[in-house]
Amino acid sequence: MIEVENLTKWYGPVCAVDDVSFRVEKGMIVGFLGPNGAGKSTTMKVLTCYMPATGGRATVAGYDVLADSMAVRRNVGYMPESVPLYPEMRVRELLMFRAALHDIPRRQRRSAVDRVAERCWLSKPEDMMRRRLGELSRGYRQRVGLAEALLHNPPVLILDEPTMGLDPAQIRAMRELIRDLGAEHTVMLSSHILAEVEQTCNHLIIIAGGRIAAAGTPAELRQRVVGPSRIIAELRGADVETMVETIKAIPGVRDVEQAASDAWTRLTVRGDPQLDLRADVAELAARRGWQLRELRREVGSLEDFFVQITYEQNVRWMERMAKSA
Amino acid sequence: MRKTLAVARRELAGYFYSPVAYVVGALFLLASALWFFYRIFIPGNEASLRPLFEAMAYIMVFATPLLTMRLVSDEIRSGTIETLMTAPVTDAAVVVGKFLGVLAFYLVLLAGTVVFLALMAVYGQPDLGVAATGYLGMVLLGAAYLSVGLFASTLTPYQLVAALVGTAILATFAIMMQVLVAVGGEPWNYLAAKLNAMTYFRDFSRGMFDTRGVAFFLSATALFLFLSVKTLESRRWR
Repeated sequence: MIEVENLTKWYGPVCAVDDVSFRVEKGMIVGFLGPNGAGKSTTMKVLTCYMPATGGRATVAGYDVLADSMAVRRNVGYMPESVPLYPEMRVRELLMFRAALHDIPRRQRRSAVDRVAERCWLSKPEDMMRRRLGELSRGYRQRVGLAEALLHNPPVLILDEPTMGLDPAQIRAMRELIRDLGAEHTVMLSSHILAEVEQTCNHLIIIAGGRIAAAGTPAELRQRVVGPSRIIAELRGADVETMVETIKAIPGVRDVEQAASDAWTRLTVRGDPQLDLRADVAELAARRGWQLRELRREVGSLEDFFVQITYEQNVRWMERMAKSA
Repeated sequence: MRKTLAVARRELAGYFYSPVAYVVGALFLLASALWFFYRIFIPGNEASLRPLFEAMAYIMVFATPLLTMRLVSDEIRSGTIETLMTAPVTDAAVVVGKFLGVLAFYLVLLAGTVVFLALMAVYGQPDLGVAATGYLGMVLLGAAYLSVGLFASTLTPYQLVAALVGTAILATFAIMMQVLVAVGGEPWNYLAAKLNAMTYFRDFSRGMFDTRGVAFFLSATALFLFLSVKTLESRRWR
């Protein structure tokens, strides 16, 4: 539904998006994850035809964002970051106006507005639809923004930070709503909070410094993160070389690192992916009569991965900036 | 077209919510009323709105930019421009819609001055033909002024700057050109006479229907609406 090829965007001398390519298939809920200033909003603004890219190509729902801008806009529901609304208008007034802009025939506008109001919990309390947008709380603004994006029932939804500024209960409600919407729409949402997208999305694109750092399903990414399994063991009872040699002989072990502290030897054992070597190490220690003080498996979390990737990309980006300066 | 009207209607409704529009409207009507009662509505005077129209044409140099300043500037500042420009509406439809919205509000204000004409008709016999051409002149002049103000509003997110730029452009054509006609050298004073909005407007206020005036104001309107569309489009590329 969304195809992006070598997308690049410069704001004057600043490169916000640097040669980004990705695909979003129909029915996916894609989380666009990245630290602040990573280029998430910029990419979304290009995809919604708010601004053109400096280079590269992007198509949404099969239409090119430059050549077929109107067709793209008809097929996309967009909720911009921080949800700008006209403060003097009333909720229903705004939605009716947006319905007119989206070519919804006059007779169907009222029912279209009622449908999205129901969907986004705007039909209660009673007077909700008559309230002025300027008086709404953050949570309600967000709902109105989402209702706006859903009015013309677009196949693609692009939501920029849909849960930002919401309280925990609202975040959960919004998450559920987005998951529901995923059944009928292809959704792309951005966030800088990993836990957020991990729970809502079935596909992640991690972007940092204007570049894609990783993409895949949460499970795939987690697997890549965990990578080779790693075991920490603290042993005593033989000299270090013997211990290292014996453990290296266990099938599946790739390498062993050692660090002696007082009488105990601390070993870091790396093995093949998906392999839990703890039982083998424990058994070996028991057979040889070594004393075992600690034995644990280290699993990198997606969070660590995200932080690490973000950090690396930022360093690389700063180096590039320094070089070009 | 339907979308243009939707934009226009939203804009017009916005004026009725906006305190600035009420203040500008009230000041405009107050100024014209003062002018009317102290300068025109005096026993023995000619029953004609001509002096009032000329005064209003000058007041409009300052009043119309105050009406148009929020049109685009406010959308840029608040970010609503993003939802507007990602909706399936052309930039031209947005510009024309906003123009029609503010033009409608302007016509409401202008209609307020018909009271003066009615008062005159009670106490004398104003020439209705002259009054009609006068109003036509006010509409044409208003359209051109509003399009200038709209253009100024597409340039900046700051309403105050938009108002000042609009006033500056209008003052150039309504006031500066008159000065230039009087003091300018050989080729310049002729050129200034052609660009002077007030020369064209005076014909209308005197009851003369002049196609040169119609052409001047309509082409000025078209030019500034076109420029507005172009600046709005260019925002995307920055």
